[in-house]
Amino acid sequence: MSFNKQLKNILTGGIALLLAMGTFSGCSSSNSKAGDDGAAEQVYVPPGKHDEFYSFMSGGWTGNVSVYGIPSGRHLYTIPVFSQDPTDGYGYTEETKALLNTSHGSVPWGDTHHVEPSKTDGLYDGRWIFVNDRNTPRLARINLKSFRTDETIEIPNTAGNHAASFTSSNSEYVSAMSEYSIPLDKPLGNGTDVPIDSYAKNFKGMCTMVKVDQKTGQMSVDFQIELPPFDYDLGRFGLGVSKDWIFYTDYNSEKAHTMLEANASQNDKDFVLAINWKKAAKIAHQGKGKVVSTEYYHNIVDPKTNWAKSEIKQKVRVLQPSELKGAIYFMPGPKSPHGINVSPSGEYISIGGKLSSTVTVYSLDNMKKAIANNDVSETIDGIPVLDFKNVEDEQVKKAGLGPLHVEYDGKGYGYNSAFISSEVVKWSLKTGKVVDRHPTYYSIGHLTVPGGDTRKPYGKYLIGLNKITKDRYLPTGPEMFAGEQLFDITGDRMKLLLDFPVEGEPHNATELPASLIDTNQVKYYDLDKNQNPYVTRKEADAKVVRKGHRVDVYMTAIRSHFVPDNIEGIKVGDEVHFHVTNLEQEWDIPHGFALMGMQNSGILIMPGETRSIVWKPKKKGVYPFYCTDFCSALHQEMQGYVRVSPSNSKVKIAYGTNKEL
Amino acid sequence: MSVFKEKTLSKRDRILIAVASMLLLTAFLFPLWQIRLQAPQYPEGLGMNIWVNTIRSLHPHNIKTINDLNHYVGMKPIKPSSIPELKFMPYLLIGLFLLGIITSISAKKTFLTAWVASFAGLAVAGLIDFYKWEYNYGHNLNPNAAIKIPGMSYQPPLLGSKQLLNINATSIPYIGGIAVIIAFGIGMYVLVKEYRSGKETQSQQKQTQPQVVAS
Repeated sequence: MSFNKQLKNILTGGIALLLAMGTFSGCSSSNSKAGDDGAAEQVYVPPGKHDEFYSFMSGGWTGNVSVYGIPSGRHLYTIPVFSQDPTDGYGYTEETKALLNTSHGSVPWGDTHHVEPSKTDGLYDGRWIFVNDRNTPRLARINLKSFRTDETIEIPNTAGNHAASFTSSNSEYVSAMSEYSIPLDKPLGNGTDVPIDSYAKNFKGMCTMVKVDQKTGQMSVDFQIELPPFDYDLGRFGLGVSKDWIFYTDYNSEKAHTMLEANASQNDKDFVLAINWKKAAKIAHQGKGKVVSTEYYHNIVDPKTNWAKSEIKQKVRVLQPSELKGAIYFMPGPKSPHGINVSPSGEYISIGGKLSSTVTVYSLDNMKKAIANNDVSETIDGIPVLDFKNVEDEQVKKAGLGPLHVEYDGKGYGYNSAFISSEVVKWSLKTGKVVDRHPTYYSIGHLTVPGGDTRKPYGKYLIGLNKITKDRYLPTGPEMFAGEQLFDITGDRMKLLLDFPVEGEPHNATELPASLIDTNQVKYYDLDKNQNPYVTRKEADAKVVRKGHRVDVYMTAIRSHFVPDNIEGIKVGDEVHFHVTNLEQEWDIPHGFALMGMQNSGILIMPGETRSIVWKPKKKGVYPFYCTDFCSALHQEMQGYVRVSPSNSKVKIAYGTNKEL
Repeated sequence: MSVFKEKTLSKRDRILIAVASMLLLTAFLFPLWQIRLQAPQYPEGLGMNIWVNTIRSLHPHNIKTINDLNHYVGMKPIKPSSIPELKFMPYLLIGLFLLGIITSISAKKTFLTAWVASFAGLAVAGLIDFYKWEYNYGHNLNPNAAIKIPGMSYQPPLLGSKQLLNINATSIPYIGGIAVIIAFGIGMYVLVKEYRSGKETQSQQKQTQPQVVAS
């Protein structure tokens, strides 16, 4: 079907729809406006009541992860991950700074793409969320008890970490993968100075298996696999019968390094990479491959001190595909494929043909047969290529133009997003026949069904993550929040329930039932267990200590005063470390700390916690500071002064609250 | 003493007194009294349990929170360690327990009277003391408090509910306290019964022969 014809169909459909809306009051399931058909009731969560699901959406270029309630679409929270966040001082405070450390130095910004919950036996377990930074290859682990980033790890020898943060059935591994190939030193290291047009010869792709400690969640790079310099785009671990495998799509089998939009779109077929990670891990653990020198950062929060520390790692095991006999295969795929998704049983693997109108479905059985029969057409850089005819199971024709991703409802249907024709298409996994389609507004990217990547999808809803917003909300200048759309998929036909705007550009989302998360929440930190080295557990212990040019202020905050709230003896040129401990032991009573002219962030300190922020006063004067979080009826009064004297002044350190200095 | 013609307790009453004495020990396992504070911004609940020897938070850190809230109106912080009653109350309770057991073993009505009387005395003294503490706690306010409302005091109720600014305070006996009340009830019941049966025995002695034959 040509693009024009498709467009015409959509337009005609749109006109027919308008007419229908004028005549009937709410009966069409392909209605572009929700609010009838009881849709309002389905998304209405009365005041004081809670949503059914948490939705975690990557923020794209916000570098964060945003949390929404489903079905209401209400924005619940934003979790800072790879970007500094002056909201609470994430990435500015001494305790959190290290989480942004990389071999390039501190990188205070990221591009989050794929949020993946931890799993047990192929089902969500509500422990952690993993998310990747595409720009500076990193993975992060978010703790679902505190909704905080507990750990980040840099991925060595990699660039364009797009096909990343996918997790295996029991979260044994989280995968990372290069989209952009880079030249690698021999021995490996980050960055080699070679001509760009030596791409085909010198550049390499890299697949990374990051091991997850099942008790602590701590991540470690277990091994890497060097790959031909294709652009690896998306991936998914298998489920059930395919749980030992991970599948990736790739484009640019042309190995282009310039004007990729044309040069990487020449071959009729690109590839799907299938790796038996269990076998590969076994081979790696037998000592195959080479342990090479490199440099990458591993940053982790110590739960006792709530203080993140960095560790520089210098070794990584790299395997060549030729060492992974029987554990790595290419399967020819549709031209320039994008998303790859595994059905709940694990038997089917669907690939969106980004530049076509079909979704290609492989079957695991066919793949295993082809492997057993050695149906290999060629070998690329040590990777056998299985014969396409023998691995393909079916093609979903009329999957819309530009099908990107597939999700499953657990009832035998797949739903694919179609970016170019702006629609969701529902089809039977058994027959490949399309049974329903619904327009989206506009240009849908990822789509998500709660639990759609588990053995047992919760179904019920589908959320379309649209890339273009335009006129769906009140306009806000040239840039707008992304527009997401919630569908009811319990019936034969999809029903649009709700549009809701979200921050950033969510590249994918995952929904967890509220009951997996809501009862485990940290409400405040136990002051008695606070082992921050600069904790002040009671007001009597508050103090100001000078050591050369460094001044440590051990400060307490409680409704509604700081101790000390008057400080003298600070001099121009000092480095003042404010260590503020919130003495409250009550839910939702954070205190803030902000000081006039401080070229750093304001901070929020949760009850029972200590946070440290550094101030370098440049001019003499008296500087007020205050609590930024409206904590009590006397919140305005929660303030104080720091006196800064010239560097040669003789003013001695003096401090206190409610006393003359 | 003439009403106690028979000077020993019946077996049944002795058991009852023993049970009542044992019930007193419940107060070492459960709080005597509970004070719950309700305010819109504390949906998770706020309150404290008064034990025989201490005061504990209903939910973790509630006493700290209550003290934090109360300092605005100038109320003194609650520090269980500085309340003397909590130091000697356990001994009084053990004393009552022992006296009850002695009553039960000795089966003497004089002990019974002494037990119930001292029980009643201590209960009344305890409640008066508790009321006085509450009065002092609610009226003896720091003159430098941030919030001063003329004529307003913050005395929590001894029993029942009372609205104190934004907080509704409810004070009720808890498991330990209820057990003590039941123990006292049993004591009173046995005492009254013995008192009555003493009287009846006096009158029966004159004209009970036929009844004895009938039974």
